[in-house]
Amino acid sequence: MGFVHGLKCRECGREYPVDPIYVCEFCFGPLEVVYDYEGIKKVLAKERIASRPHNLWRYKELLPIDGEPTSGLNSGFTPLVKANKLAKIVGVKELYIKDDTVTHPTLSFKDRVVAVALSKAREFGFDTVACASTGNLAHSVSAHGAADGFKRFIFIPASLEKSKIVASLVYEPNLIAVDGNYDDVNRLCSEVANKYRWAFVNINIRPFYAEGSKTQGYEIAEQLGWKAPDAVVVPSASGSLLTKIWKSFKEMKQIGLIDKLNTRVFSAQATGCSPIVTAIKAGVDVIKPVKPDTIAKSLAIGNPADGFYATRVVKESGGFGEDVSDQEIIDAIKLLARTEGIFAETAGGVTLASAIKLIKGGYIKQDDLTVLCITGNGLKTKEAIMGQTGEPYHIKPNLKSFEEVLKKINEK
Amino acid sequence: MAVKVKIPVPLQRLTQGKEEVEGDAGTIISLINNLDQKYPGLGERISEAGKLRRFVNVYVNEEDVRFLKNEETIVKDGDEISIVPAIAGGIHRNA
Repeated sequence: MGFVHGLKCRECGREYPVDPIYVCEFCFGPLEVVYDYEGIKKVLAKERIASRPHNLWRYKELLPIDGEPTSGLNSGFTPLVKANKLAKIVGVKELYIKDDTVTHPTLSFKDRVVAVALSKAREFGFDTVACASTGNLAHSVSAHGAADGFKRFIFIPASLEKSKIVASLVYEPNLIAVDGNYDDVNRLCSEVANKYRWAFVNINIRPFYAEGSKTQGYEIAEQLGWKAPDAVVVPSASGSLLTKIWKSFKEMKQIGLIDKLNTRVFSAQATGCSPIVTAIKAGVDVIKPVKPDTIAKSLAIGNPADGFYATRVVKESGGFGEDVSDQEIIDAIKLLARTEGIFAETAGGVTLASAIKLIKGGYIKQDDLTVLCITGNGLKTKEAIMGQTGEPYHIKPNLKSFEEVLKKINEK
Repeated sequence: MAVKVKIPVPLQRLTQGKEEVEGDAGTIISLINNLDQKYPGLGERISEAGKLRRFVNVYVNEEDVRFLKNEETIVKDGDEISIVPAIAGGIHRNA
């Protein structure tokens, strides 16, 4: 195994060996993994993939590890749910939910990227893993790192929801709560990463880590019967997931796993933090950093690292972007729950609410086979919808009391 | 009085270790080209074909020039320029 040639600067094209590095020394552009696609094409057929266990490593030739994977052996291959009821309400014929609310083991798509990052960190010989996180990544590095026997340093904004903090602490990492927002945490972590020889999954391991997001795209295409959708709506924080889903479709086309690629890629953001969508709507590729103010904390990156590349993918594919208010996010979370029985975190609300706007605006057409990427579980951000749901019916422990309530319910 | 230009650590090798150098008033791109005369190699690290590189941020008195007039932004004596890589420094395994 091992189809990785090396690393290459996305800006100036300078090449580097496979190392825990992430910035071009010459022009400061980000580095990306380069594969031998001809070699992969020879060994990776649909039948071979289909014969493998249902986890993200069934596409291992397209992931940047040299040996066998050591992390996240049960992660990925989440359901692609055909959402017929929701499709009728939002006005498209064929709608699917890529349901990463049930990713093993920490219920968000971050288990995909961490599986790859920690397998790579092991290959590099690191004994400590670390991350800067808005929550979901913290959970995933804490959990996978515990199972894999790494020391763990997790940096989070101190303002995170309590439930998200507890969901990291249970795995007993070193949890560092920083006074500041995600961008402040990220800046600090760059300094820490320069000083300590740790595997920071989203800093010095980033070129490898980010590749894990491609597995969501591979799965969507495989689950659709080896074809790419007409439209895919992707929540955008750093913009990385969106660029990697596009990359996954292009790779599948290149190595012959899908025949054609006509997918339009759409970016979804919260209005309170929409630097990428703002650039898309303005038709520019310069990202103006913002100070985030939204309930969608998992998307609250004001200065998105892959923002430029995300706008380029949207343009190249003929897609667009939409942004939605906090109330629209909450309404969409509830809509997804009551129609399809899926409880998404705030980012999922952003995706569905944006998709509704994109359909209304005519950017997504009625006969487009559309996939919504729902990336995290609602049980993680219960605070966001507290007071926005109905109330239980309170009764005495006897039949009479119950039947009084039942009468009221039936009269509704 | 000249324009003060702060040089990031990865480029200080080209400025003989200086953290701050002096530049000429005028447009940002002419200032960079002039600095390249004094410190050969500096120009191509910051710009390409007269445009600022995408992952190099340039600030004039703490304002990002992308929100001013990019490389055509005019600077005058006494202004402070900071050159900051968008993604701070890489790590090598043996570093």
